[in-house]
Amino acid sequence: MSILAVENLGKIYSGFEAVKGVSFALEAGEMLALIGPNGAGKSTCFNLINGQLAPTSGRIHIFGRSTHGMAPRDIGRLGVGRTFQITATFASMTVVENVQMALLAHHRRQWQWNRWAAHYYEEEAARLLALVGMADQAERSCGELAYGDLKRLELAIALANEPKLLLMDEPAAGMAPRERNALMSLTARIAQERTIGVLFTEHDMDVVFEHAQRILVLNRGVLIAEGAPAAVRANPEVQAVYLGAGALYEAKQ
Amino acid sequence: MAPLFSRSWPLALRVSVQHARVFPLNFYFDQFVTGLASACSLFLVASGLSIIFGVTRIVNFAHGAFYMLGAYIGFTLTEQFSGAFGFWGAILLAAIVVAAIGTLIEIILLRRIYDAPELFQLLATFGVTLIVEDLALLIWGPNELLGPRAPGLKGAIDLFGLPFPTYDLLLIALGPLVLGLLWLLFRRTTWGVLVRAATQDREMVAALGVNQKWLFTSVFALGVFLAALGGALELPRQSANHTMDLQVITEVLVVVVIGGLGNVLGTFLAAIIVSELNAFGILVFPKISIVLVFLVMALVLIVRPWGLLGRAEAAARAAGGAAILRWRPLAARGRLAVVLALAVLALAPLAVGDYYLTVATEVLIFVLFAASLHFLIGAGGLVSFGHAAYFGLGSYGAALALKQFGLGMEAALIAGPLLGLAGAILFGWFCVRLSGVYFAMLTLAFAQIAWSVAYQWSDVTGGDNGLLGIWPSAWAAAPAHFYWLTLALVAAGIAALRMILFSPFGYSLRALRDSELRAEAIGLERRRIQWISFAIAGGFAALAGALYAFLKGSVFPDNLGIPLSIDGLVMVLLGGVDTVSGGIVGAALYRSLSIWIISHTDYSKLALGLLIVVLVVLFPKGVVGAFESWRARRAPRTGGESS
Repeated sequence: MSILAVENLGKIYSGFEAVKGVSFALEAGEMLALIGPNGAGKSTCFNLINGQLAPTSGRIHIFGRSTHGMAPRDIGRLGVGRTFQITATFASMTVVENVQMALLAHHRRQWQWNRWAAHYYEEEAARLLALVGMADQAERSCGELAYGDLKRLELAIALANEPKLLLMDEPAAGMAPRERNALMSLTARIAQERTIGVLFTEHDMDVVFEHAQRILVLNRGVLIAEGAPAAVRANPEVQAVYLGAGALYEAKQ
Repeated sequence: MAPLFSRSWPLALRVSVQHARVFPLNFYFDQFVTGLASACSLFLVASGLSIIFGVTRIVNFAHGAFYMLGAYIGFTLTEQFSGAFGFWGAILLAAIVVAAIGTLIEIILLRRIYDAPELFQLLATFGVTLIVEDLALLIWGPNELLGPRAPGLKGAIDLFGLPFPTYDLLLIALGPLVLGLLWLLFRRTTWGVLVRAATQDREMVAALGVNQKWLFTSVFALGVFLAALGGALELPRQSANHTMDLQVITEVLVVVVIGGLGNVLGTFLAAIIVSELNAFGILVFPKISIVLVFLVMALVLIVRPWGLLGRAEAAARAAGGAAILRWRPLAARGRLAVVLALAVLALAPLAVGDYYLTVATEVLIFVLFAASLHFLIGAGGLVSFGHAAYFGLGSYGAALALKQFGLGMEAALIAGPLLGLAGAILFGWFCVRLSGVYFAMLTLAFAQIAWSVAYQWSDVTGGDNGLLGIWPSAWAAAPAHFYWLTLALVAAGIAALRMILFSPFGYSLRALRDSELRAEAIGLERRRIQWISFAIAGGFAALAGALYAFLKGSVFPDNLGIPLSIDGLVMVLLGGVDTVSGGIVGAALYRSLSIWIISHTDYSKLALGLLIVVLVVLFPKGVVGAFESWRARRAPRTGGESS
């Protein structure tokens, strides 16, 4: 069974059809990229899946359960991790406290009031930070981290609730090319080790073709292509949509 | 809302039926038109506040003071000039003079603190308000000043058989005129376009190369001009007096919030609604007339969280790379210092007399009050403008337990906090549905409702006369004994608050403040966590209030008043919002200084206002924040820490 199944998804914003009849599925341990030019409906699709928006039509099943009417928080609790286009971390806390907070929430300990939070899940937090290569920065204040490190911290936070599905909205935006590949390699490795299905959007085609196992191409709210990177790259319709980016990519080959 | 006030409704309706028999229809019409005239001034002042907030994100508490200055300076100038030209010239000139004063304050004071934490500017403008109040007293004396009538508009016309002042007719026309002029200013001039752009996204406007400094200054000047004009225009209708600043600022805050912050048309509509509520409330619901406006505001905010025509507050972008102090429980050395300090405090009765013990008890009580508010603001990012409500409910709960139910002090010290807790649970449920300035305003509204109930329900609360004879049990009656009791309860309260602060629950509260998006994504329930925090803060404030009742031996509506809520904010902000102990230190410092100042000078507001302004400029992170940053700079490797 697919861990994420999207059927005939549609979203209309006051008369404008942002997403039309989108259907796809994501398997455990798979890296699936959702691409498309600006305004194609990627973010809308993403926000429909993570519960920020309610669909106008269609169905979404995560781990076989319909997410109809569920708040983002409830969807998160099904075992869905998220990273955001603009990083969202707890700026007043240290790196390790950020992860501890996520672990506390995952274990439903947020109501505990009579013991110091710093004593909870120290080892688990350290392990997660080591996994994303942030162990040496555990005690730093979150507000003073470099952007790439914030992205890695976000990944550690997202992994704290032992997700089987990871939704990453432009994970590599705002990073240097080398950092991008490092982050996506890390994500791919973790996804494989833990059989996590990853759905991500991305603008950088190098990153997409390098790390995605399968690609969905969205244009004007409609899915125009789906398949392995090589097949998608060869698709004339995709090339037409991505004239600039596609041509550049070919030229580099 | 229905269960809360259902008991009041039948009473109010009965009253309205009686009055309907007494007053003829044309009287209601007269009242309606008078309400429209009052709306003019209110609109002028409120639109000024709204515009200033929209662009600079400053809640300009001094707006009421500028309104009052407009009236006083207008009075002086109309004395100097005569004739129609002289009168109108004087009104206009007064507004210009006050606008110049406001501009000066903006350049000298506010410009220094735009980068300070949110609401620090509120503190500065509160200081300005205090200064202006005492200066007005020095310059114009304590008496009300009856202004001149407008030349040519002294008479009245016949309105369905009732005389109606012609000046009021002019005001009714003036409101829409000013609205139209403001509309033209914002839609048809480059400056107006910039102001509107800045209201939506001021970082972007700065990035476009607009000189923000002068945009802010000019906006502030315009806002102050409107406030002063509103004040001066009221001269022929009401005398200039020393309470008009606070009176108008609460009404104006209500207007701005009902209309939607930063929306001038919304402000206009809300000014009319509020003025009409005032005009008719006194006739129709005399028992709850003061509550009525705040009740309507609470209802509007619950149905439309951003006011009638307002839009969601654009979140200001967090400044990247800001050095944030790390919150840590006390280390061994710190704990030792606390134990020593407690020992010294416990031994104080051996060394000092009763007067100083009473002062120290009062300071301790306010330390707990400020610590509870700091829990809400510092950890939760929930800025309450009405925290005194729970302090006061604690006072009344204790006093009523003693007076009405004949319980002892011990039981009263439990009953008081329970009443405060119940109030916080009830009001908090509504408040956590909002955020930012709207949250602040709703807390203010609920505090004002609680105040009105205490003030008007005199059968139970004694009304303005308060409840007297609230004395401690015999064993705690001596000043030293009551001091020890207070010290023990305050220390326990603060210890409990700190425990919660560093527990998973406290972390969750901070997580919601830092990033609601992320907090929700990891599964934290925002409303429930903030609601419970609100209740915790209210409960501890109520404990402080209950102790205060026994210290003073009496309870008055002031215990839930706006000035006390503002005092709480001052203490927290002065100490430092972003520090763990800011509330405690701020309260100790501010309360001691204010008690000392009040006993040493007749112009205590002037002195206190100057003190606040100086501290705000010197310590934009608060006193504790400044100290901890200094310590962090000395030992850069450990990073900034707060404990």
